[in-house]
Amino acid sequence: MAAPILRCARPGRCWSLDYRPRRSRALFAEPVPGRVRGQSSAAAQEPRPGAHEWAAVVGLEIHAQISSNSKLFSGSQVTFLAPPNSLVSFFDASLPGTLPVLNRRCVEAAVMTGLALNCTVNKKSLFDRKHYFYADLPAGYQITQQRLPIAVNGSLTYSLGVGAQWSPSATKTVRIKQIQLEQDSGKSLHDDTRSQTLIDLNRAGVGLMEVVMEPDMSCGNEAATAVRELQLILRALGTSQANMAEGQLRVDANVSVHHPGEPLGVRTEVKNLNSIRFLAKAIDYEIQRQIEELQNGGKILNETRAFDEKLGCTVSMRDKEGKQDYRFMPEPNLPPLILYDAESLPVAADPQQVVNIDWIRERLPELPSVTRGRLVEQYGILPEHSFVLLNEDGLLEFFQTVMKETRAEPKKVIGWILTIFLGYLKQRNLAVSESPLSPSSLAELLNLLDSKVISLPAAKQVFEELWQNQGKTPGQIIREKKLELLQNQEELEEICQAVLAKHPQQVMAVKNGNQKVVNKLIGIVRRATGGRADPGRIKQILEKQLQ
Amino acid sequence: MLGLSLREVSAALKQGQVSPMELCQKCLSLIKETKFLNAYITVAEEKALKQAEESEKRYEKGQALGVLDGIPVAVKDNFSTAGIETTCASSMLKGYIPPYNATVVQKLLDQGAVLLGKTNLDEFAMGSGSTDGIFGPVRNPWSYSKQYREKRKQSHHRADEDSNWLITGGSSGGSAAAVSAFTCFAALGSDTGGSTRNPAALCGLVGLKPTYGLVSRYGLIPLVNSMDVPGILTRCVDDAAIVLGVLAGHDPKDSTTTQDPVGPFILPILRDVSKLCIGIPKEYNVPELSSEMQAFWSKAADLFASKGAKVVEVSLPHTSYSIVCYHVLCTAEVASNMARFDGLEYGHRCNVNVSTEAMYAATRREGFNDVVRGRILSGNFFLLRENYDDYFVKAQKVRRLIANDFVKVFNSGVDVLLTPTTLSDAVPYLEFIKEDNRTRSAQDDIFTQSVNMAGLPAVNVPMALSSQGLPVGLQLIGRAFSDQQLLTVAKWFEEQVQFPVIQLQELVDNCPTFSQHEKLGLVSLKR
Repeated sequence: MAAPILRCARPGRCWSLDYRPRRSRALFAEPVPGRVRGQSSAAAQEPRPGAHEWAAVVGLEIHAQISSNSKLFSGSQVTFLAPPNSLVSFFDASLPGTLPVLNRRCVEAAVMTGLALNCTVNKKSLFDRKHYFYADLPAGYQITQQRLPIAVNGSLTYSLGVGAQWSPSATKTVRIKQIQLEQDSGKSLHDDTRSQTLIDLNRAGVGLMEVVMEPDMSCGNEAATAVRELQLILRALGTSQANMAEGQLRVDANVSVHHPGEPLGVRTEVKNLNSIRFLAKAIDYEIQRQIEELQNGGKILNETRAFDEKLGCTVSMRDKEGKQDYRFMPEPNLPPLILYDAESLPVAADPQQVVNIDWIRERLPELPSVTRGRLVEQYGILPEHSFVLLNEDGLLEFFQTVMKETRAEPKKVIGWILTIFLGYLKQRNLAVSESPLSPSSLAELLNLLDSKVISLPAAKQVFEELWQNQGKTPGQIIREKKLELLQNQEELEEICQAVLAKHPQQVMAVKNGNQKVVNKLIGIVRRATGGRADPGRIKQILEKQLQ
Repeated sequence: MLGLSLREVSAALKQGQVSPMELCQKCLSLIKETKFLNAYITVAEEKALKQAEESEKRYEKGQALGVLDGIPVAVKDNFSTAGIETTCASSMLKGYIPPYNATVVQKLLDQGAVLLGKTNLDEFAMGSGSTDGIFGPVRNPWSYSKQYREKRKQSHHRADEDSNWLITGGSSGGSAAAVSAFTCFAALGSDTGGSTRNPAALCGLVGLKPTYGLVSRYGLIPLVNSMDVPGILTRCVDDAAIVLGVLAGHDPKDSTTTQDPVGPFILPILRDVSKLCIGIPKEYNVPELSSEMQAFWSKAADLFASKGAKVVEVSLPHTSYSIVCYHVLCTAEVASNMARFDGLEYGHRCNVNVSTEAMYAATRREGFNDVVRGRILSGNFFLLRENYDDYFVKAQKVRRLIANDFVKVFNSGVDVLLTPTTLSDAVPYLEFIKEDNRTRSAQDDIFTQSVNMAGLPAVNVPMALSSQGLPVGLQLIGRAFSDQQLLTVAKWFEEQVQFPVIQLQELVDNCPTFSQHEKLGLVSLKR
C-alpha cells in the first residue's frame, strides 16, 4: 500500500488528529476502504497504533450557479443585484397552471462540467420534486434530479502544497458521485424587529449544478483545495462564474471522525461556508470539535451546523421540525431528459432540440491542469509557479500579456510577477484586476531592465513609482527621475577621478593593500551617480585608476 | 339560433343572419335566465361584449379570424384566464385574477371566439358530481327538460318538486350544463379521471378527452399533471372535432405536448364500418352497472355488428386495479401540486401571523375543503420515504400494466373500444350526496379513469334517453393520437342513434320575456 504521508501538505494548517497533549503526532488517515496510520516516529512507537487515533472524513456538496442568461425552467433573466422581484416569470412565482420548460444552455453546461470532471454523462436523466415548505420556495417543492442525475461517477484531481512544498506526490483525487441539475430557491430577508420576512424571487428558479463529492477528503485544506480546483475548472468551462461571495458557488461539508479501522462516525453537515478560507477553517474546527466531544464521552448528533465567521466556530442550526422527509416524486411535467452522442443522434434531429455529448466534448476548453502543463512547457517555469498563476484570478492573463510584450526571460518575468507584483497586491489586499500597474507597463519596465538601460535597484524604484503614479510610463519616470544607467565611459571615469581626488585617505588605504576599501569607494561613486551606474563597471574603472 | 352546430352558426355569422353582438347578448340573457343551474361562476359580460364587438367589426370587413369567430364559448374555472377571476371553486383562489391565459384559452381567443365566462366545478376538479365547490352544486338542465318531466309525471312524481333536481356529473359539470342549456356553443372542461366524459354522459353531450400530449395543459390548474387533459364539451361530434382542431398541437410552454404535426381533424363521413373492429372489454361489465345501461351497451354493440363491423370481446385484465392505483397516484400529485397554495403570494391568506408555519397551516385549513385536504393528506402519506415503494412505485407499475392492457388490445387489431361512460343515468342531488366524495369518485370514474392512466383519447357520445327520460352515453376509446379516427367512428355512431335534442322550450322560447324580469328563472321554468 502506498504510504500516504501527510494528507495535507501544510501540516500547520491541518489538524494534528491526536488528542494526547504534548505528543505531536499527525495522523491523516484515509477514509474507507483501508486505513492509514500515523507517520511520525512517535506513532511508530505506540504500543497499540491506531487505537486512539482519529481519522476525519470530509465529503462535499457543492452548488454551482450555472452561468446562463435565463433560468433553468423559465425565460426570466439571470442577473446579480437586480432590483428585488424584477426577474420573476409566472413560472418562477409558481402561479397555478404554469409549467417548466428546460433551458438547453443549462443542460449543456451540466454536460460540459460532467465531461470535465470525468463523469459518465447519462443519456437519460430524470427530474424529481423535492418538497418542503419555505417562504422563498413558492411552489412548495424544488425540481431536482434525485433518482437519475445527468452525470455520475467522475473524479477531480487537485494538488496540495502550492509553493515551496509542491511535489507530485501531493496530487490527490476525489471521486465525484454525481452532478445534478436543480432549481435555486428565492431569498428570504428576515426583519426580526418588525417580525416579518421579505421575499425576493429573483434567484428562484436559477439553474444550479449540484456536484456531490465523495467523502475522500480528510481536512479543511484538502476540501478547500478541491473546491478551488473545481472553481477553476468551472470558470475555464464558463459553466459557472463560481464566485463564492456572490453565492454562485455554495459549499456544504459533511464531516465525521472515527478511529481508523472502525466504522465511520456520525456526520454533521456544515453550512454557510461562503469563502474558501472559511470552508477550510470551518471543517477543521468541526473535526476538532467532534474529536473533543467524543473524547469527553459525548455524542455526535446527525445535525446541520452553521459556520459563524466572527466566532470562528460551527453552531447547531437546531432544525425545529427535526429530520425532513422531502417526499420525492417524479416531476410529471418534464419528460425524461434524453442526450445523444454521435452514434445515437437521430438523422433528422433538429439541432435546436437535441444535445449532442460528443459535440460538446470536442469543444471543451483547456482545463486548468492542461494549462499548467502547457505553461511549464512553454515558459520553462516551475510547476508550483503554474499553480500560483492559475490560483490568483487574472494573474495568468497578466503574466501572458507581459510575456507577449517583453523580451525578458520567462523566469525573470515570473520572478517579478510572483514575488514583487503579487507581494504588492497582497500587502494592499488587492485583486489582480485592481492593480494600478498594467501588464504593458511591467513589460516595458522589464524590457528596460533587460537592455540594461536601468539597474535592478532602479527598476524596483520605477516599479514603486509606477504603483504610485498611474498614467506614467516607465520611460517617463526614468527620464524624470534620471534613473538611466550611465552608459558614457568618459563621464563615469571623470566621476571616479573626482571621487578619488576627494578621498585621499581611502586611496592610500587601498594602495596599502586594504582591498575592502575599494567597495566603499564603489559605493561613494554610485551615490555620486544617483545609483545610475553599474557597480561592475565602476569597479573596473576604479581599479584602473588606482593602479 | 342557439341550438345550431358550430358550422351552422359560423355560416349564419358569415351570411349576416346573426351578428356576433346579437349572439353574445342572446347567450348572456340565457345565462341570466338559467342562473339557477349554477353553471357559471363568473360571467365576463363586459369582456365578452367587447370581444363580440371586435368580432363584429371583423365580419363587417370580411376578415373573420377563423371558424370560431364571434361564437360564444365557456371555459371551466380551472383554466387560467387573463384578467378574469379563476377560482377552481375553492376559497383558496377566491379573488385570484391570473395575469395570463391558458394556451387553450388563448387559442380560442385567437380564433375570435367570445369567452362568456368561467364554469362551475368541484373544488380543484376533485369530484364526479360538480357538487363540491364553494359556489354550490350545478344543476343538470335535463332536470327541467320536457322529456324528463313527462316521464316523472307518468310515474306519479310531483313534477315541480324542486328537491329532485339532478346532478350534472363532474367535475366539469358547469361546462356541461352551460352547453346543454344552450348558453354557449362549446365549452372547455378538464379530464383527469373522466371529468369531461362523465358530465357529458349525464347531460347528453359529446365529451372528448383528447390523447394526453395532443392539447396543451399550460394554464390548466393541475389536478394530476400526468393524467390531466383539457376536455371539449359540445352538442355534436363535428363540433368537438372543430374545437380540437383549434386546440391541438405542440405548445413550447408544455413540454409534454407532442412535437409531431397533428390534425387536421376534419371528419370524413364513414359509410362502411365493415373494416372496423370494435372491442368490448369484458371487465367493464361490472355488477354496479345498471341493467338499463347494460342493455344500451349491448344495443350499441349490436348496432355496430349489424352494420358489418367486427365486434369482439376483449380483456383489459388490470381494470379492477385502476381505481385504487388512481387513488395513490392522484393524491400524491395533488399533495405536491397543492403545496404552492400557502397564502403567501396569491389567493386566500388567514389572519394568523404568529409564525410562517402557523400561517401556512391556518391558510390551508381555511382555503381547502375536506376533499382536497383529505387527498393532500393521503398523498403525502404515500410519498413518505417509508411508504414510497409500497404505494407510489407499486401504483406506477400497475399504471404501466393498465396502459399495456390497452396496447395489447389495440395491437390485436381492435380499432376502437366501446364501453359505458357511467354506471347509470343522472341521479338526483339528494341521492348523490348520500355518499361521500371519495366513494362517489371511485364509483363514477370506473369506466373512464383507466383511459387517463394510459393517456388515450376517449369520447362520450350520447346514445338515447333512459326510461326516466335522461341521457345515456357510451364511451369510445381509441389508440393514442388516433383522435381523428376515434371521432370519425363517434360521428358514425351519432348519426345512427339520433340522440334527441333536449327540450327546454320554456327556457329557449321565453328567453326575451325572461330578460325583462330579473327574478324569473327557476319559478317560471317550474310552472
